[in-house]
Amino acid sequence: MAEKDIIFSRLALSLAAAATALPAMAAPLHLVLESHHFTPDHITVPAGKRFKLLVTSHDTTPDEFESPDLRVEKILMPGQTITVMAGPLSPGRYKFYDDYHPESAHGIVEAK
Amino acid sequence: MLASFIIVFREVLEAGLIVGIVLAATAEIPRRAPYLWGGLLAGFAGAGLVAAILGELTDAFAGNGQDVFDAAILGFAVLMLGWHAAWMSRHGREMANQMREMGAEIAAGHRTMLAMAAVIAIAILREGSEVALFLYGIATAAPLGAAALISGGMLGVLTGGAVSWALYRGLLAIPLKHLFGVTSTLIALLAAGMAGQAAALLANDNYIPALGYQLWNTSWLLSTGSIAGKAAQALLGYSDRPMGIQLLIWVITLFSLLWLSHRASRPQTLHRQET
Repeated sequence: MAEKDIIFSRLALSLAAAATALPAMAAPLHLVLESHHFTPDHITVPAGKRFKLLVTSHDTTPDEFESPDLRVEKILMPGQTITVMAGPLSPGRYKFYDDYHPESAHGIVEAK
Repeated sequence: MLASFIIVFREVLEAGLIVGIVLAATAEIPRRAPYLWGGLLAGFAGAGLVAAILGELTDAFAGNGQDVFDAAILGFAVLMLGWHAAWMSRHGREMANQMREMGAEIAAGHRTMLAMAAVIAIAILREGSEVALFLYGIATAAPLGAAALISGGMLGVLTGGAVSWALYRGLLAIPLKHLFGVTSTLIALLAAGMAGQAAALLANDNYIPALGYQLWNTSWLLSTGSIAGKAAQALLGYSDRPMGIQLLIWVITLFSLLWLSHRASRPQTLHRQET
């Protein structure tokens, strides 16, 4: 019985290890959406790393942070901050935009 | 106006392609109309509800609420599609022939129609809540200039609906003996795409291992940012940068559903001999 328990707990541990074995994470970056513009609208992230964006809306209506390049689609209500996980990216430039106001609200993530 | 047309058209098309396939896949089930309308209305109501509580939903699950909710309803839709596949495999072909009048078959049709109504509701809820918030934003931001944008949106709804209807009618033009095979394959692809998307959402938020964040990149060929790419995503589960887990779950779901819908041929032959 004890042996079985040990096997199970080892299995659970190794599964947990597999689940948490994530690539290195870069420091979170902050973006603000105000008057349908992103500030900053050009951010740099390290290539080959997962990274986290914190996007805050100071708009008065809903926005949708979207980027097929980063595989993200998330709605932001006015005043809200959302967390966006993305990467790892190969070096290059990746577009993001507010899908509800794509003409004015857009920016670039540059992976170096 | 063009911008709002494109945004709304894209969302309606994504939901509409799913609805069109569901309509074609249930074409032979008797008395299905109330379920289809029920699914449609539930989808609209759900879209409004999700839009209304979206702020709270986003903050749930440590900020991953939107993704977790999306993954959960996608998973539920996959189960419903699997149920339908299993059921149709036993009853689909028979229904085209002599089973229409049998009470038991209608009762079973009732259950699978409930499942398919749920799929319709989920498809509409997912895209509808985005459209609702978009239109709400327009209406509150510029009440005076909103008319053109709203009419663009309405045109988007109509065009998206028309394309979906055309898909449905086009599928119905397939001869009956092939229709079952075509729709069961489309349903399997639909379910595989949903399951893969759900897995990608959960992996992106670190709930499950990604098994590779980007297996390949075919955005140069077909970007999921384009309308064609979105359609391929909705219909087939296409991703221009798939995760490992996404591909794995896509393959498993696809083959499970194909197996569920084709396992049927034998018992069905037996059944026919009995009757």
